[in-house]
Amino acid sequence: MTEPPLLSVRGLDVRFGALAAVDDVSFDVWPGEVVAIVGESGSGKTTLLRSIHGFIRPTAGSVLYRSDRFGEVELTMLDEPRRRLLARTEWGFVHQNPRDGLRLSHSAGANVGERLMAAGARHWGKIRAQALAWLDRVEIDPTRIDDLPRTFSGGMQQRLQIARVLVTNPRLVLMDEPTGGLDVSVQARLLDLLRRLVADLGLSVILVTHDLGVARLLAQRILVMQRGRVVEAGLTDQVLDDPQHPYSQLLVSSVLFA
Amino acid sequence: MNNTSYTFAYLDEQTKREIRRALLKGLAIPGHQVPFASREMPLARGWGTGGMQVTAAVIGRNDVLKVIDQGADDTTNAVSIRQFFSRVAGVRTTTRTEEATLIQTRHRIPETPLRPGQIMVYQVPQPEPLWRLEPSRAETRRLHALAEYGLMHVKLYEDIAQHGRITLAYDYPVLVHGRYVMAPSPIPAFDNPKLHRSPAIHLFGAGREKRIYAVPPYTDVISLAFEDHPFRPWKAEAACALCGSTESYLDEILIDDRGTRRYICSDTDWCERRRTGGKTA
Repeated sequence: MTEPPLLSVRGLDVRFGALAAVDDVSFDVWPGEVVAIVGESGSGKTTLLRSIHGFIRPTAGSVLYRSDRFGEVELTMLDEPRRRLLARTEWGFVHQNPRDGLRLSHSAGANVGERLMAAGARHWGKIRAQALAWLDRVEIDPTRIDDLPRTFSGGMQQRLQIARVLVTNPRLVLMDEPTGGLDVSVQARLLDLLRRLVADLGLSVILVTHDLGVARLLAQRILVMQRGRVVEAGLTDQVLDDPQHPYSQLLVSSVLFA
Repeated sequence: MNNTSYTFAYLDEQTKREIRRALLKGLAIPGHQVPFASREMPLARGWGTGGMQVTAAVIGRNDVLKVIDQGADDTTNAVSIRQFFSRVAGVRTTTRTEEATLIQTRHRIPETPLRPGQIMVYQVPQPEPLWRLEPSRAETRRLHALAEYGLMHVKLYEDIAQHGRITLAYDYPVLVHGRYVMAPSPIPAFDNPKLHRSPAIHLFGAGREKRIYAVPPYTDVISLAFEDHPFRPWKAEAACALCGSTESYLDEILIDDRGTRRYICSDTDWCERRRTGGKTA
């Protein structure tokens, strides 16, 4: 690839006391690429994602991001105002539990509009129009724009959260188990939607999942994590069809086929 | 009148000094909430203890004090606080807006335009404009520090979505000096424009919440709104039943069991002055 990577993670460590939750992790994300991070519960996937986003300060290492607005920035050293500005304009974070990413006591329209207003939009009609367009795009009935998200089903809440994150056209979206807790038919629909949106918008995505099927469907590349370390990395098909590391082999062979 | 068993203006000198320091900081950073060590006052918190502490800290022997409660000079709270300060500070009191040098108020800014040198003191129940939107105070402080006020517009957005217009009638959030979003205490939105570039000093004291903030003279105070839904100061479409005023803020009063209504000026001093000046309904 001739284009430089959008995000370069080098030697990232996150320690909680003596415990190394993330241990010397390095990888790149190129523009328009979906990278999946897989591994069992407790392997440090979510901690890695949260430390890249800045929810947790990494203990050591560097995260280099090529921003439209600020050029090349070192996220571990970035000051808080600029980090938050990036977080609400150029990035998005999709939580596993939509209740963590939504304002449940505010209407669906307000949830989608919030990031627009945070980015400075002050024209009500335009905010409303964009919210309607996005609800339609994530297959939520636009007549429910003024309903509270707590009256929505789990799948709808997750789609609403995705609309809320994508409305400001971010370049990099971090997703933490976006299909966790949904039944399989709803999961399939959400994956379909995600695949379409990622392709349409040319998003770069870091996707954390324990579901290898989800990784296969969405990601071009996979990192396999075990006890905080990346034990194997490569193209999705390569890792899933011909795993080299004993842990990856175990993971792949543990998938149930219906 | 002056009861000498009290320190001048009730509070001890050390406390008054601390409040003055908070006030100076508040004036230096318009709209910013400054924490202060709110004291026990001889009435319950929520009855204006924040305003009383600010008044006690700035009042001098030559001041003339006016106290307003819901626009009126003759309601229980206004009478009690006025009596309190005439007893513990021995200052002159008045009901005339233009005679007063210090005006402690709950809910209203007088209709009579304020002049340079006057000080308004507000009793504030809830100093945090973001309180219903963001439950964590640590987070609201961060939002203020970084001037991230998108959340405030979420509230206004929902109002328009539900009612077709912004229905917030009081405690309408304002942007002070282009920097801090501030709760102007529960004054009606009708009074918000009076804060903009006002020649007077405006001091806000929240006793229970232990916060002080201020708007210095001639400071920009802009009510938040959307480009296509501009701010509109609302008042009842009627004239005062006593003085006939159509430009003052009106109280709606039910006068019988059949729902007959009358509107009269909320600012009793303004209404009385107009009537003595020969105006009738």
